[in-house]
Amino acid sequence: MPAAPTVEAMMLGKLDWSAIPFDQPIPLIAGGVVLAGILAVLIWVVVKGHLPYLWHEWITSVDHKRIGVMYILLASMMLLRGGSDAIMMRIQQAIAYQSQGYLPPEHYNQIFSAHGTIMIFFVAMPFVIGLMNLIVPLQLGVRDVAFPTLNSVGFWLTATGALLVNLSLVIGEFARTGWLAFPPLSELSYSPGVGVDYYAWSLQISGVGTLVAGINLVTTVLKLRTKGMNYLRMPMFCWTTLASNLLIVAAFPILTATLAMLLLDRYLGFHFFTNEAGGNVMMFMNLIWAWGHPEVYILVLPAFGIFSEVVSTFSGKALFGYRSMVLATMAICVISFMVWLHHFFTMGAGPDVNAIFGIASMIIAVPTGVKIYNWLFTMYGGRIRFATPMLWAVGFMVTFIIGGLTGVLVAVPPADFMLHNSMFLVAHFHNVIIGGVLFGAFAGFEYWFPKAFGFRLDERWGKLAFWFTFSGFYITFVPLYVAGMLGMTRRMQHYDVAEWRPWMIVAAIGMAVLSIGVICQIMQLVVSIRNREALRDRTGDPWDGRSLEWATSSPPPVFNFAFHPDVRGEDAYWDMKIAAQQQSLEHEEPEYHDIEMPRNSPTGFVCAFFATIMGFALIWHIWWLVILGSLGAFATFVVFAWRDHDEYVIPAAEVAAIDRVNLEERRNLVSMAGAI
Amino acid sequence: MNLLDPQGPVAAANSTILVDSVFIMLAIVVPTIFAILAFAFWFRASNTKARFQPGFVYSGRVEMVVWAIPALTVILLGGVAWIGSHQLDPAAPVPGTGSPVRIQAVSLDWKWLFIYPDQRIATVNTLTVPAGAELNFQLTSSSVMNTFFIPQLGSMIYTMNGMVTRLNLRADNEGKLKGMSAHFSGDGFPDMMFDVNVISPLSFPDWVATTAKTDAVLNEESYKKLMQQGIEKGKPTYRLEDPRLFNLIATQHIPPGPGPELMSDAGRPHSGGHDAR
Ligand code: HEM
Ligand SMILES: [Cu+2]
Ligand SMILES: [Cu+2]
Repeated sequence: MPAAPTVEAMMLGKLDWSAIPFDQPIPLIAGGVVLAGILAVLIWVVVKGHLPYLWHEWITSVDHKRIGVMYILLASMMLLRGGSDAIMMRIQQAIAYQSQGYLPPEHYNQIFSAHGTIMIFFVAMPFVIGLMNLIVPLQLGVRDVAFPTLNSVGFWLTATGALLVNLSLVIGEFARTGWLAFPPLSELSYSPGVGVDYYAWSLQISGVGTLVAGINLVTTVLKLRTKGMNYLRMPMFCWTTLASNLLIVAAFPILTATLAMLLLDRYLGFHFFTNEAGGNVMMFMNLIWAWGHPEVYILVLPAFGIFSEVVSTFSGKALFGYRSMVLATMAICVISFMVWLHHFFTMGAGPDVNAIFGIASMIIAVPTGVKIYNWLFTMYGGRIRFATPMLWAVGFMVTFIIGGLTGVLVAVPPADFMLHNSMFLVAHFHNVIIGGVLFGAFAGFEYWFPKAFGFRLDERWGKLAFWFTFSGFYITFVPLYVAGMLGMTRRMQHYDVAEWRPWMIVAAIGMAVLSIGVICQIMQLVVSIRNREALRDRTGDPWDGRSLEWATSSPPPVFNFAFHPDVRGEDAYWDMKIAAQQQSLEHEEPEYHDIEMPRNSPTGFVCAFFATIMGFALIWHIWWLVILGSLGAFATFVVFAWRDHDEYVIPAAEVAAIDRVNLEERRNLVSMAGAI
Repeated sequence: MNLLDPQGPVAAANSTILVDSVFIMLAIVVPTIFAILAFAFWFRASNTKARFQPGFVYSGRVEMVVWAIPALTVILLGGVAWIGSHQLDPAAPVPGTGSPVRIQAVSLDWKWLFIYPDQRIATVNTLTVPAGAELNFQLTSSSVMNTFFIPQLGSMIYTMNGMVTRLNLRADNEGKLKGMSAHFSGDGFPDMMFDVNVISPLSFPDWVATTAKTDAVLNEESYKKLMQQGIEKGKPTYRLEDPRLFNLIATQHIPPGPGPELMSDAGRPHSGGHDAR
């Protein structure tokens, strides 16, 4: 640092031309392609005049369904980015035997760090949060979430985080520390670049978004249920949503605080986690995993909920052992906070501590096992239709048990002394994250797509996608289990051990099969959009569903339900259908009322715009811009707080017109079912 | 480097526990997977022989069994974990023949330094030990975290700056093994693999004597050179000047190793990894 800062340094902070990686063609080209793509889409949107539509109907929308869809879109795009990282890593490890491969360490290390960060924070999280947003208010029979505008803020802040991570491809670098950025490696003295700052600020900003989403969904489930929807009548997905979001509310502040401490070390010379001056890395390990372990359950609990819905619907039966499932969910929610130490048995804590945390970790396997058995007995005596969502569900059950087995295995401290940080571990967590969360997200996507868009997805491509992904998963990750048993550790940019090589090659082939699965998924979307008229879902109930989201049209009107449904049992909509079939079909025209709905608001988008500026400026130490960005974000909130009209009225006549169409279709459905 | 081909008692016990735990779990996992596939197949909608029982949604007896099976398994495994954690505590003694060998391991960016305080020698990236003797490791790090791991000897353990962790191992058979760092530590991390030479207890003193004749001396000064980021292709050996060197490192009397040298002010520092290639 020169004594007197130059004008450039004041204006641009650390930013200069050397931040653009002209010497590294791969990220530059990748980034360039992405940028060109975004630009092309933007130009197309503007030229075609879609901008007003996008702005009014999506960007400023506070409709939980639209926000849910945008979350899922973000997750899908980031899945492609994270997937490209995975492909690059698998190719590198397949060829980097006794050679440097094609990726130098400073590049490879960024890739696995970005891969992990993106997959967890910008794929898995937004996917499940998107599905919860889309479906939970419908299942609860309500018109919206508790805090619609806050919901939009949460989404846009998540998008900001994703944007910043991807910006690091072309401006500067990403962290080279792994997705948890352990100090002291992530401290300024060992990672002087902006990589860790990109990492930390992206997660700080998107972390606020996640927390907001969590508060919103907890409140929604606790406070906004329709008549008669008491806790023990809520669909399982609502329960797991509650559990998962309680975990978000409890755990994310820990992440925020931990990263804040790391940032204080890096920016202001504090010594929370430095080697010097009394800093303590073990503190970081404890804090980050006190968030990190609950995080994995934040992801997988909603997936459990999705599978509960899917298995019960496609077996044509109510969920077996509903109360037991509720108990298991809440047990997981509580215990998941008491096991974090299993991530560092090898730190030398002593046998009592290790054993206690090992056993606590195994105890989580009990409620999880119970869930598997309850799904199993839901299928027992059922009439199972193997539509695509059900394929994902059965694939999940088989795969997840194996992941659970290896998970319990690494919770046995003496076994973990051999397996910690190995490829075996990498295989374990992909086994549960892909086999659990990703399969769950795909099942939910296939299952609820007709609800969101009004037409089904093509079954043939869907099934192809399942089989390729399923087999690709095993071909990719079983070799990693083997490599782990052969002593291979994770994050190896190259290696000289001949026995590892064949397994890395098989894993690369598996990755190719997996990629075909993803391509099939994309094809499915394309084909289905083309054939949407043939695939149209007029009834709003394409799967013979059991919960309230199927009681309204597909896609649902903005207000979801013309009347708050009256719930009398566990499978609310199923009971209604039975009742309707038994009663006469002549319905009197109900008396419609005006409905008030929240107005659209650009608050979320504008706030995220300023947050992006602030984040970028913080990363590059451009202080005047930091001030500008934070003032802007603050001003947005003030303006929002001072708003006068926050709701608009949908007149009764309009509600009636929309609802009549829906009722008509439904009567036809019921009378047809009655005729059979 | 097969974990199931242990070369010492710790690794043998680790892998026994590993294999036993897997079999205990397979005993319930395999039937469960089988049941999932069987139920899914039998109760397919097109099978007219399967009885449709939409009312079968609760059974106290099934619930009992369903909670009991995983609970019993976990009780069994919990016992394994409790006993195993105590018997295989990394700091627990591993008695061997002859007198124990004390080794002080330091992870550096990106190499391993092994100090033999009693023999007054030190080596980099090779660990030479006598077969059958207890090996008492004290470990620390000069800079960032690493993990010391010799797969076929068992139990890994972290190395952290300013702290000392302990690990006791024993190598039973003469031969060559491989060790590594099992915790990512930066650009040179994959080059932290090291050789482990297990030699006969009779030739160990000879090896010590030969090594002690090395010209190179390990003292604060040469240690600080070693501490610079970079990859060590050779396998240097040293005479140890002061057997307290490890304590000076572990207590931070010698300050932690420096990170990369900054090339430009902008985001991307020059990394030690470059010169490695
Ligand atoms: C599409 C198939 C996938 C493949 C082939 C794949 C491959 C990999 C590879 C090669 C690594 C690095 C291993 C090493 O460090 O040596 C890795 C790490 C990781 N992956 Fe994946 N991955 C995939 C999908 C996912 C998904 C869906 C998620 C999460 C939702 C995920 C989460 C992670 C995490 C958290 C890490 C650890 C990152 C780190 O070590 O810093 N992966 N993956
Ligand atoms: Cu955990
Ligand atoms: Cu874990």
